Amino acid sequence: MAEYKGVLILGETSDGKLAPITAELLGGGRKLADALGEELAAALLGSGIGNLARDAIAFGADKVYVVDDPLLEHYLTETYVTVMEKVARQVKPNILLMGQTAIGRDLAPRLAFRLDTSVSLDCLALSIDPGTKLMVQTKAVYGGNAQANYICEARPQMATVRAKAMDPLPRDDSRRGEVVKIEAGLDPAQMKTKFIQMVKEEVVGIKLTDAPVVVSGGRGMGEAANFKYIEELAKILGGAVGASRPPCDMGWVPASLQIGLTGAIVSPTLYIAVGISGAAQHISGMSGSKNIVAINKDPDANIFKVAHYGVVGDWKKVLPAFIEKVKELKG
Amino acid sequence: MEMIVCVKQILDPEAPPATFKLDPATNKAVPPPGIPPVISPFDEQATEAALRIKDAHGGTIRVISMGTGLLRDVVKKPLSMGADELYLIEDAALTDLDAYGTAYALAAAIKKIGKYDLIFCGRQAADWDRGQVGSGIAEILGMPCITVAKKVEVIDGKVRVERVVADGYEIIESTTPCLITVSNELGEPRYPTMRGIMAAGRKPLTVWTAKDIGVDPAQIKARTRLLKAFVPQIVSKCEIIEGETLEEAGAKLALRLREAKII
Repeated sequence: MAEYKGVLILGETSDGKLAPITAELLGGGRKLADALGEELAAALLGSGIGNLARDAIAFGADKVYVVDDPLLEHYLTETYVTVMEKVARQVKPNILLMGQTAIGRDLAPRLAFRLDTSVSLDCLALSIDPGTKLMVQTKAVYGGNAQANYICEARPQMATVRAKAMDPLPRDDSRRGEVVKIEAGLDPAQMKTKFIQMVKEEVVGIKLTDAPVVVSGGRGMGEAANFKYIEELAKILGGAVGASRPPCDMGWVPASLQIGLTGAIVSPTLYIAVGISGAAQHISGMSGSKNIVAINKDPDANIFKVAHYGVVGDWKKVLPAFIEKVKELKG
Repeated sequence: MEMIVCVKQILDPEAPPATFKLDPATNKAVPPPGIPPVISPFDEQATEAALRIKDAHGGTIRVISMGTGLLRDVVKKPLSMGADELYLIEDAALTDLDAYGTAYALAAAIKKIGKYDLIFCGRQAADWDRGQVGSGIAEILGMPCITVAKKVEVIDGKVRVERVVADGYEIIESTTPCLITVSNELGEPRYPTMRGIMAAGRKPLTVWTAKDIGVDPAQIKARTRLLKAFVPQIVSKCEIIEGETLEEAGAKLALRLREAKII
C-alpha cells in the first residue's frame, strides 16, 4: 500500500480545450492531496492534446501525464482502459479520480476491475478520514432517497465525481509543473470495438444544464401535446424545457430532456415542476435549484417537500392562469 | 442469437418517498409494508433490448437473477415478457456482495450456462445505483462492454449500439460476444400478455447455490466497504398559494413570485 502515492485525476478535453470537469477534479483533487501531503497529477488522453498540459498545471496539477495518439481521438472503452491501466501501473496513485461523465461512468468501472480495485460512481463529496487517511466516498443511493459513505480496501482508491460537485482553483499561469509523455502502445489489430460516429441532438433554445430557468413537465401532463404549455412558459421566462422520466420513457418528449439521477442534473435560479410527483431520482436531478415551484393535484406529492412555492390543484386550471399572469407582469 | 440477461429483484423504487426508511442497524432500506419488490427498471429495459433482438433475428434468452427472498412472481416477469429460461442463484452466503463479488458470481453462472453472443444488464440497479456490475462481468469474461445503450442492433454478425452521451449519442460497433448495459432511453419495456404470463409457468426454472456455480463465498474478498447509509435531513418549507378558484391560485402564484423578485 505504501508504494501508492499521490492523487491522479483523468482530465477530459473537448473542442481543443480542457473540459470544465478537468479543473473541477483538480480543485477537488488538490484538497485531497493537501490533506495527505501528497502530489496532484493529471492524465490527459487524446489526439493532439499535448498543448493542454500547460492548462492543467495552471489549474493545479503538479505533474501532467500526456498520452497523445490518433487511436485515442474518440473515446472507446478498450483503448482508454488499456492506456489508463498502463498509466496507473506506472504512476501507482493512492487515489484516482474521474468525472461522472460519459467517459468516466464507462471507464472507471472497467478500469477498477482491471486494476483489482474498486470505484464509487457519481460521488457528491470526497474527504480524507483523519484517522485512517482513507478517502471517504459519499454518493446517493436508493435513487436519491439516501446517501452512503464508502471506502476502498485496495489501491488505487477510485471515485467518479459529479459535475459541479467540486470547485476549480483559480487559474494561475505562474504555476510550475512537470509534463511526462507516455506512449499509448495500442495495437489496432487487437481492437474489438469501433467508433462509428457521434450524433449531436439538436438543442432548440438554451442548453438544459446552463439555463437560468427550467420548466419541467411530468406524468401529470397526460400527453405529449400538453407540453406546449411547458414550452410556452419556458419561452416567456427565457428558460429551457425539462421533464421527469415518465414523459421521456413514453416518448412525449426527447430523452435528452430528462432531469434526474441518470439524466441531466440542473441547478437553475428557478425550477417549475408541473405534474411531477417528485420521485427521489428526479429530486436528485434538481434539488440544487435556488427557487422551486410545484403545481400538482396531489397534496401529498413528494415534490412539495423540496418546493419553496406550490399550488395544489389540476395544472389544467392552474397553469394557463399562471402563464397569463406572468405574461401580464412581464409586459 | 444466444442471449443472457441479468436481472435484480429490488424494493420498488417507485414507492412513495414518504415510505422510505433506512434501518441503521443494517444500513439497508426497510421493505415498505404492502409494496412488493420488483425487477429493477433498467433490467426490464435490458430484457426488452434482448427481446427486440430475438424479434428480429430469433434466438434464446436466458435470464439470471441472484439474490435471497426472490419472489417467483417477480423474477418470472422476463419470462412473461418473452424470455425463454430462468436461472436463479439463491444462496444466503452470497448476500451483501460488493460490485466485484456480484460480478464475480454472475460471471461464474454465465460461464456455467456457457452459451452467449450477447449479455444484457441494466446500467445500474435502482437500489444501490452502483453502475458497475455489467462492466465487471465483461472484464472478468474478457469481452467488450458498451454501456448506457438506447438502441441495440445486430448487423452482419456484429452488434451496433447507440449509447447516450451528454449532447446526443454515439454509435459503437463491436464483435461478439459483447456485454451491453441498457438505459431507460431504450423506451418502455413491453407489458407481459396473459398468454405470456401463462407460458412463463411452463418455462424451465433452474435454482443454483454458490457451490453449483463453482463459487466459494469465503474466497470473495470485498474491495469496497459501506461505512454507513443515511437519509440527509431536508428542512422543507413550502409556501402553498391558494385562491377561491384554481385559476385564481395560479394568478396569485405569479404575483407571489414577482413579489419575491423571482420572475
